Amino acid sequence: MFSIKKSWWKILGVLLTAYALLGGLLMEVPRLAILNETIRNLYYHVTMWFGMIILLTGSLVYSLRYLSSKNEHFDIRAEAYAKAGCLFGVLGIVTGMVWARYTWGEFWSGDPKQNASAIALLIYFAYFILRSSFEDPQQRSRISAVYNIFAYFAMIPLLFILPRLTDSMHPGNGGNPGFNYFDLDGKLRMIFYPAIIGWTLMGVWFASIKIRIQDIRLTQDL
Amino acid sequence: MLKEIKALLWKDIVLEWRHKYALNGILLYTFSTIFICYLSFEVLHARVDQFSWNALYWIIILFTSISTVAKSFIQEKEGRQLYYFNLVRPQSIILSKIIYNSGLLVLLAVLAFGVFSLVLGNRVQDPGFFVLIILAGTVGFATTLSLMSGIASKADNNGMLMAILSFPVIIPVLLMIIKLSRNAIDGIARSESLDELLTLLAIDMIVGTLAYLLFPYLWRS
Repeated sequence: MFSIKKSWWKILGVLLTAYALLGGLLMEVPRLAILNETIRNLYYHVTMWFGMIILLTGSLVYSLRYLSSKNEHFDIRAEAYAKAGCLFGVLGIVTGMVWARYTWGEFWSGDPKQNASAIALLIYFAYFILRSSFEDPQQRSRISAVYNIFAYFAMIPLLFILPRLTDSMHPGNGGNPGFNYFDLDGKLRMIFYPAIIGWTLMGVWFASIKIRIQDIRLTQDL
Repeated sequence: MLKEIKALLWKDIVLEWRHKYALNGILLYTFSTIFICYLSFEVLHARVDQFSWNALYWIIILFTSISTVAKSFIQEKEGRQLYYFNLVRPQSIILSKIIYNSGLLVLLAVLAFGVFSLVLGNRVQDPGFFVLIILAGTVGFATTLSLMSGIASKADNNGMLMAILSFPVIIPVLLMIIKLSRNAIDGIARSESLDELLTLLAIDMIVGTLAYLLFPYLWRS
């Protein structure tokens, strides 16, 4: 469906991202204690995290498919999606840090979610280093696929379970005002969901360019 | 399969016993690290408080575990691996390695606990529960690190790779252990930490299942 040769989804991605960027800055937002105007970061920071999770899940799916089929093209896809996911991870952590500077007072406040996301990025950087340490392409594909799958499932307790055991300073945790009941009026949703789709499509686009280059390299080699 | 695991375990134990230098080396490594920690605090005339005690102990155990488990696949020569490949199922190999490494790490951690308490003072108010945490925690360490050692042994520069691959994936286990052992150190009622102990065991189960399922793909080369 998301073929590189079709352009509708790229246009859709650009439009949705542009809508989220402009709408996020211009449209009315609910007033909340502590958060105030910084609530607008929901449109960028949180949506980038969602995009990252979706892209990294794509990378996991391709690693699984690689292990069951031994098709080199799947491994190329796994790597490209992991790279695009990491890009959003870095952007998400930077936007989160800027937001934290104005809401919590420090760029790095030792929040459990902040720490967990930094560790999750470390896992994927280790994955790229692992990839680059092999000479033999088949060995590289197989072993990095194994690590990718293991790392993804090791990340889930990190991102979803551990922060819940201690109080996080994130909105909605530990008595901080959350978004849940404001979501109901739909103001935030109107930008939030399109932004997730927009970022994800942009990520898929980045990845597909890389995939195309690598695919050509692979067939040229053979 | 049980027979295979038993044979492989026996082989590992006999091998370890014949090459005593590896075991002794690890023991000396642990004790010197503990002693260095002790001296570093001693030179400042500072007493180690319970928080530093907890963190120091587990960091030492983490590094000891990485150096202990790192050799489990790296020490085996290419030819011998091919021999095992023809002889036994890959699942038996990873299970035997996990069991063997768990046993070794539990032994090391308990010994280190003794030495640590001797030089830095015993801060643990509930030692029985602390040993239980050591048991649950080191099994998680051994499982994760065994698979990582398998991955690193296939790569070219495996010494450093072992460490950078292991650190991020072992953090969930490490954080759970440190939280739990804090409860043991403070002597909080055991029923209070049941939730966290179950989470730790669940993480152990997840990494164990993953290692069991993924190892056959690693092995086939």
